[in-house]
Amino acid sequence: MTMNRIDQRFAALKAQSRRALIPYITAGDPAPQYTVGFMHACVEAGADVLELGVPFSDPMADGPVIQKACERALKHGTRLTDVLDMVASFRESDQTTPVVLMGYLNPVERMGYETFVRRAQEAGVDGVLMVDMPPEEATAVAPLFAEHGLQSIFLLAPTTSPARAATICAHGEGYLYYVSLKGVTGAASLDVEAVARQLAPLREMTDLPLCVGFGIRDGETAAAVGQVADGVIVGSALVSRIADNAERPEAIPAALKAVLGDMRDALDR
Amino acid sequence: MTKFSDLTRLPDAQGHFGPYGGRFVSETLSFALEELEKAYMSLRDDADFQAEFDRDLAQYVGRPSPLYHAERWSEKIGGAQIWLKREDLNHTGAHKVNNTIGQALLAKKSGKPRVIAETGAGQHGVATATVAARLGLKCEIYMGAEDVERQKLNVYRMRLLGAEVHPVESGSRTLKDAMNEALRDWVTNVDDTFYIIGTVAGPHPYPAMVRDFTAVIGREAREQSLAQIGRLPDALVACVGGGSNAIGLFYPFLEDEEVAMVGVEAGGDGVETGRHAAPLTANAPSGVLHGNRTYLMSDASGQVSDTHSISAGLDYPGVGPEHALWKDVGRVGYVAANDDAVLEAFRELTRIEGIMPALESAHALAHAKVMAASMRPDQHIVVNLSGRGDKDIHTVAKLDGLEF
Ligand SMILES: Cc1ncc(COP(=O)(O)O)c(C=O)c1O
Repeated sequence: MTMNRIDQRFAALKAQSRRALIPYITAGDPAPQYTVGFMHACVEAGADVLELGVPFSDPMADGPVIQKACERALKHGTRLTDVLDMVASFRESDQTTPVVLMGYLNPVERMGYETFVRRAQEAGVDGVLMVDMPPEEATAVAPLFAEHGLQSIFLLAPTTSPARAATICAHGEGYLYYVSLKGVTGAASLDVEAVARQLAPLREMTDLPLCVGFGIRDGETAAAVGQVADGVIVGSALVSRIADNAERPEAIPAALKAVLGDMRDALDR
Repeated sequence: MTKFSDLTRLPDAQGHFGPYGGRFVSETLSFALEELEKAYMSLRDDADFQAEFDRDLAQYVGRPSPLYHAERWSEKIGGAQIWLKREDLNHTGAHKVNNTIGQALLAKKSGKPRVIAETGAGQHGVATATVAARLGLKCEIYMGAEDVERQKLNVYRMRLLGAEVHPVESGSRTLKDAMNEALRDWVTNVDDTFYIIGTVAGPHPYPAMVRDFTAVIGREAREQSLAQIGRLPDALVACVGGGSNAIGLFYPFLEDEEVAMVGVEAGGDGVETGRHAAPLTANAPSGVLHGNRTYLMSDASGQVSDTHSISAGLDYPGVGPEHALWKDVGRVGYVAANDDAVLEAFRELTRIEGIMPALESAHALAHAKVMAASMRPDQHIVVNLSGRGDKDIHTVAKLDGLEF
């Protein structure tokens, strides 16, 4: 079997001793026709993996910034099926950058797992991170995902007990997403020392790359977290640039590149 | 086929009721839920905890609540005898307090100084604010902005009780959005905060725990039926929002196969119009929201639907996962009552029995009336009168063209 794009990318980064830069944007924000362009812009600015948010009416784990992004996307009727089309369209000119779908379970549940995994594979999706599907609830569908080349990405949190961490490390694929703080996306700043302390025992449990998200807003925080993690995930800082420019979407790619470019430089310095 | 006696052994260790239930939450909450489950499991069988719970129910809530024979109304309908389980007479005016007493005791035992809750009609918010006041816990309540508007009286009650009420402006500005916001608060303040969920929904162990705290309704009703009717009733009827008052009444009768059970959902303008809050009656597809899998009203792309009901407490697109299973195995029948029939039942009970029901409870009454009419006078229906109607006077007056 060929190596998944996510594994390939992390192997390459490791060989170069570089950190992964992982942007998150909500598909369909501010309107569906822009998303593929934004994905390419992120890659041009140095993104290693793309997390593409599937908009949902009830984003329980998200703060106001991503809640509003979901609302903008849904106002234009962005459905899961449209998001899959966006990935397929992105793949026409980018066959190497891994794409992870991130979101909540219900849209997948409504589409049906069989249909979803088939269509996601066809579109060129590499991983799936469903915020409200911890490994315990994923066991029934994990084999189906794996059969279709979709890696299951799981979250770890500051509240995760050692026993749970072991389970999550055992089930995780691709990379592990360490949530840096107790809270919703877009919450205040993270404590790099605390993150470092909590990542240390995880290193003993797994060889999977450990990436950190929540609270990474600029080159400085990215570089600090890059000291202790294999990758940084940046969401609200990008989505708020999209919000600021929602009325003139043509300015958004440059705005995204500015934020990501700073982070890329800081990570590679 | 599931034997009905097997139903009492659920949920399984993962919190599943057949294909429903579970614990679909973001990782940050998983540990808190594991801890809660452990704490609840150990206290559930703890004699001291149960004694404290029972004492509070007796001396603070005023239990047992009476089983009242609505003779005049039954006679007017001209069919079966209707009995009302008077949860409206509880302290704070609804069945919700049974659950909040239990969960607040747990919060205290877990050493959490702060409690939060979501509320629709405001009854659960009031019940939470009340027990928080009594136990000296800090209390914050999330309530959809639309519900804040239609349940002003309860909002002020909560504030008088010392709770902070946060109107929720996101989404459809009703109960589901209040629950989203409460979950966001919990994920942020999980170390010192206990989330008191107000119905048999949410992630495991909430559906089972809320059921167990609320089942006192059915245990009493069963004994009272034997004493006052001389046998078990022919049918039980209760309204279903998330489903706590219905489960509270039904659960102790599950294995009494001769007792029919009907859950009444909010039909709004009519299930056929799409403007309702009746996922079971409408056969909504299964979905995942707020930590569990259940019948969930959502569109073809999985976005959760807006719901419509005259009663804020039933205005929710999902339903407790145990009800979902009970529907599938056929133990309980689920129907809907529309807003107009509900208002008629509200007015009728008020005028004929001098009891003003909550609009939520009036859904159960509206269906009981239909059922009773096709039954014999020697048959008996127990209806859960889950709450009193004072909080709804505003809504009803508005329909009468009055503003206060
Ligand atoms: C009086 C009353 N009955 C019923 C309900 C609906 O909740 P459940 O279905 O959980 O009993 C509410 C909710 O606010 C209520 O206030």
